[in-house]
Amino acid sequence: MDFTYDDEQQALREAVRGLLATAYADHDARRRTVADEPGFDRALWGRLAEMGVLGLPFAEEHGGVGAGPVEIGIVCQELGRVLAPEPYLASVVHAGGLVAALGSPEQKADLLGRLSAGEVVLAAAVTSPGGRWASRADGVRASVSGDAWTLDGVADPVVAGGSADVLVVAAELPDEGGTGVFVVDAADVERTGYAAADLTRAASVRFAGSVATPLGAPGRDLAPSIATISDLTRIMGANQSLGVMQSQVRATTDYLKSRKQFGVTLNTFQALTFRAADMYVSLELAHSMVDWATMTIAGGDREVVAEAADRVGLEVSRAGRHIGQEAIQLHGGIGMTAEYAVGVGTAHLEVLDQWLGNAPHHLSRLAGRVTDHELVEALA
Amino acid sequence: MQLELSPADAEFRARMREFFTTKVPQEIRDTVLEGRHLTRDQIVESQRVLNAEGLAVPHWPEEWGGQDWTDLQRHLWHEEMQRAGVPIPLAFNASMIGPVIAQFGTEEQKSRFLPDTANLDIWWSQGFSEPDAGSDLASLRTTAVRDGDDWVVNGQKTWTTLGQHGDWIFTLVRTDPEVKKQAGISMLLIDMTTPGVEVRPIELIDGGHEVNEVWFTDVRVPGDLLVGEPGQGWTIAKFLLGNERVGVAPVGATKRALAGLKTVAAAQMEDPMVRARVAELENQLLALELTALRVVAHSAGGEPHPASSVLKLRGTELQQAVSELALDLAGPASLASRAEEDSPQEGWARRSAPTYLNYRKASIYGGSNEIQRQIISRTILGL
Repeated sequence: MDFTYDDEQQALREAVRGLLATAYADHDARRRTVADEPGFDRALWGRLAEMGVLGLPFAEEHGGVGAGPVEIGIVCQELGRVLAPEPYLASVVHAGGLVAALGSPEQKADLLGRLSAGEVVLAAAVTSPGGRWASRADGVRASVSGDAWTLDGVADPVVAGGSADVLVVAAELPDEGGTGVFVVDAADVERTGYAAADLTRAASVRFAGSVATPLGAPGRDLAPSIATISDLTRIMGANQSLGVMQSQVRATTDYLKSRKQFGVTLNTFQALTFRAADMYVSLELAHSMVDWATMTIAGGDREVVAEAADRVGLEVSRAGRHIGQEAIQLHGGIGMTAEYAVGVGTAHLEVLDQWLGNAPHHLSRLAGRVTDHELVEALA
Repeated sequence: MQLELSPADAEFRARMREFFTTKVPQEIRDTVLEGRHLTRDQIVESQRVLNAEGLAVPHWPEEWGGQDWTDLQRHLWHEEMQRAGVPIPLAFNASMIGPVIAQFGTEEQKSRFLPDTANLDIWWSQGFSEPDAGSDLASLRTTAVRDGDDWVVNGQKTWTTLGQHGDWIFTLVRTDPEVKKQAGISMLLIDMTTPGVEVRPIELIDGGHEVNEVWFTDVRVPGDLLVGEPGQGWTIAKFLLGNERVGVAPVGATKRALAGLKTVAAAQMEDPMVRARVAELENQLLALELTALRVVAHSAGGEPHPASSVLKLRGTELQQAVSELALDLAGPASLASRAEEDSPQEGWARRSAPTYLNYRKASIYGGSNEIQRQIISRTILGL
């Protein structure tokens, strides 16, 4: 059992942190980036590709680096730290994860190779308007005529859907055949992009007889695989939230030390410092759960990963509400402003949780299983 | 980063589990697992079983019965004891005065006290807090005045847990009223049968007799029972309160208590609200346990991980939260807390109100949770 990073992992963190600092050293840079389409920095995306970050999860034979979940988690934490709007979770972890899990060797080599090289952006379309966190598609239907598949329906929100070149789409198979996953060229859909509360981008995507290629062998029910990739994405999203919360706690303590009212700095007031201490408690508890959940992935057991996703989703969502709200409150009015990172971080935490799974959702699932075990075992 | 225990640590854990579940008397373990009160004899018997196997004081120096374990192994030892319902070795002996004597004591004090302390042949009590010295311990007023080779002690200690069982008491006393308050404090070991020592019970809100006042009236203490140097008491007290990195959060016992509620209140586990509450607590306990593991894995041989201050704060909050759940699950049956033994109400339900009330202490003792927040905000966050 070991909760420490090795030298290579430390080096990866330093490298990613250094690169992100060139783009988002101050919050103004992020504000400028999200003000215009595509809502992220394509030049930075290219440098992440050159560094091998976009190909981290994928096998070398498919153009990737073949790194493990801990490395991907490190990248997500660093992205969260600076509220980077780059669609790493949506494109690499989620959509890329679906391709890596389900694609044919040719599809993997093609799509993951180009994704790793920064040549295409992928997006996963798995949620219907008003939909929740289901692994069964209900907003998009697949039809087949001979070997030719087409899709009809609407997916929304599709995170990074506006800028994506290729969509990875969950769709209902004919004859109640379950849920299939298809690759669709973005040129063959109608889409309307929009900004979420944190100004990252999502889109409403309409499929109308859109030409679709099944990912892997056609016609199988892939709901279990979709669920697993969602679980993996949930855990990586928790890593990203951890980075956000670390920045918020740091910013808040710095602010308490520097901001003066009544002629003294705010850290003179115990009413405030105790609340900062409680933020730290929430942060460290969430940190432990994030590390644990990330480490469970390496074991490769779907049920273990599903359990870990629920547990870390609940913990990080609770911590995010606490830290995100207190960060604004302890900053006072400045925390409400768009020009200051702390409140935008609170928006980012919410977008991550509502996209990937919020506290009531995960708690409901955990509550359903609560009598299936006597004790929760931290160590297998 | 790796989740699995090493083969050696997994083997270690299995060995602990085997020993605790087969060698410590079942009646004692059942008493702990059901949340009933242990007798003095049970606590002594259990510690002697552990000590005979070298498992009572593993964190002491090896020459005095300690084991050359890693912090992780100590954590596993501690967790497995709680899991098996084995009483934790008496903290006053094993965690507090033993390490102090081993570190600061004379050779004579070591050989006189340490073997008996490990084996619970001496039951130690703690004489630190006073009526006007709680969190502000350094303002203590009990005095010790030199008289020839002896010290003469006068004053009052309070909140002395299980002092009614005590053979000896380790005390902080003021030996020099002229210097800065911390610098005038010394540690004295006092035989509780000495004339002038009086233990008076304090009845608590749970109806139990757990803590006491200890009064000292012209108590004559031989000079060789001062630990370290005169004036070194504050340093020793900080060592005593700070050297426990492992076991500050009662994770295993709280997990056990929560798991027990699923069984004894099985019918109520159909209620979605109850299930949600249990699930939330299980998750919070997992986060705490993982944090404890992070701390032990980081702190081997060096400074404690900063997150260790989280453990006491959160550990006691969750201990209290589980006691609240138990009381809510007991409902009307909890009113029978002081009913006779032949009450038709179940034992766990009858104990739930006193336990709930008793655990309010947890966020007060061992450095109140407000002191913990102070430590976090000052030491960790630099506020």
